[in-house]
Amino acid sequence: MINFRGLMSIYKFEMSRTFRTITQSIASPVISTMLYFIVFGTAIGSRIEAIDGLDYGSFIVPGLIMLTILGQSVSNASFGIYFPKFTGTIYEVLSAPISPLEITCGYVAAAASKSIMVGTIILITSSFFIELKILHPFYMLLFLIIISVTFSLLGFIIGIWADGFEKLQLIPLLIITPLTFLGGSFYSIKMLPPFWQEISMFNPIVYLVSAFRWSFYENSDVSILSCVLAITSFLLVCVVVVILIFRYGYKIKN
Amino acid sequence: MSEAIEINNVNKVYSNGFVALKEINLKIHSGEIFALLGPNGAGKSTLINIICGLTKKNTGDVSIFDFDNEKSYKQARSLIGLVPQEIATDSFEKVINTIRFTRGLFNKPNSDKYIESILKKLSLWEKKDQQIRTLSGGMKRRLMIAKALSHEPKILFLDEPTAGVDVDLRKSMWEQIIKLKQLGVTIVLTTHYIEEAEKIADRIGIIDKGKIILVEDKRDILKKLGNRKIIFSLANEINELPKSLKHFDISVDKNKLIYFIDKANEEKELPKLIKDFAHNSIEVSNIEIKENTLEDIFIELVKK
Repeated sequence: MINFRGLMSIYKFEMSRTFRTITQSIASPVISTMLYFIVFGTAIGSRIEAIDGLDYGSFIVPGLIMLTILGQSVSNASFGIYFPKFTGTIYEVLSAPISPLEITCGYVAAAASKSIMVGTIILITSSFFIELKILHPFYMLLFLIIISVTFSLLGFIIGIWADGFEKLQLIPLLIITPLTFLGGSFYSIKMLPPFWQEISMFNPIVYLVSAFRWSFYENSDVSILSCVLAITSFLLVCVVVVILIFRYGYKIKN
Repeated sequence: MSEAIEINNVNKVYSNGFVALKEINLKIHSGEIFALLGPNGAGKSTLINIICGLTKKNTGDVSIFDFDNEKSYKQARSLIGLVPQEIATDSFEKVINTIRFTRGLFNKPNSDKYIESILKKLSLWEKKDQQIRTLSGGMKRRLMIAKALSHEPKILFLDEPTAGVDVDLRKSMWEQIIKLKQLGVTIVLTTHYIEEAEKIADRIGIIDKGKIILVEDKRDILKKLGNRKIIFSLANEINELPKSLKHFDISVDKNKLIYFIDKANEEKELPKLIKDFAHNSIEVSNIEIKENTLEDIFIELVKK
């Protein structure tokens, strides 16, 4: 029998933590993204010519949302599971009649919800600066949800792997942030020299940003099919790793 | 009597090679207070963690009211409440919310009425809307018990529940534990305070170096192993024991005669001994009766 109450308890607990620290959880990412938008989109962007027929401000909106979504999903989920490990309260969850799948769903759903919330706020706020156009709202929402869930799963894995606050920040700072900046959030891959265009194709973030931008403007650096395949593969890899972690009790059970 | 917990051939070796448990076989009866005693590193917490699903065992089986704790872990765990050794709480959460959280984890619908009764019993009701960080150490310990009881478990594990707790609070916690027993909850506690086990436990298990070395009814242990001795302080020092006293289990220590009571012949021997004292003109100035406590027995067993 599914322990739905247990799953919801974790979800509510995590969400209440979000609202308890609303400045850090929501206001801070929204403000920093808006600053990006004002500086790159409005101030510098007004001097940059249109990319694929889009003014620079409009072009960077999907990338900026993606930048926030990826960072927030990873940090929310990694902190969500790491903190109980750090304080010792994880014993409660591990000794409760709740399956690994239910535990993961609780933490990941909460982290993804928060990211989606932040992403939506950024989307709404950006509409005050530019004229927003979403050609495929259904796919936009679908990508937003899937990418949030995938990166929340990645964050969950990092949170389990980490045995110190430094490790918790290691992957987001050294891998995810650089890849996101180099993943076409602020420019089109087509603007790069051919060699770097080829190299960029190995950056998974390129596919996420492209898919998300496509849902807005039908405009993407790579084919939408490749994007969907990349997103699905990444999601599956994260799911498999989480299953293995719980099966073998990696860094959870002695 | 039905078994609340049945442990068969459980072994545990940690990844660093440390052998924590060796062939543990143990049955804990429903409705009893079972005290697990042992020195530091004996394996008490490892055993509790294995039963509760926090640590993986290498071999063996554990069942909780006939539910295997791995194959039917949901049913098994739903019957257990755990108070770990360390106080681990989310400091910024409110008291009432943390109880609701634990209850929810155990798949129980919210019941403000039940939560109120638990908090009142543990004298925490007044603090229900306070953040946990504002509670005193003793209150936090009681909160840990409240959390463990929030889902109405049939078995309560208390891992060193009164460690670092003052005497008054310790006694009030003993009263709470006894009340829980009266409500039909099976209680398993580990403790360093042997007095605690002596006061409240029905049965006692002693674990040392990962092995259970004794499991017995508390009264039986005290009866079997709890020797008594009588110390006679003498008015005048004697150097040697008079011949007529030599068949008694008695030793001389300057101006003291220490008599180890032979329980089987206690009623016959004691009057005879007193008579022989008079016969040998041994003048007694004071008599002191000393009974072996559980602590003495524990130290003796662990030394072996």
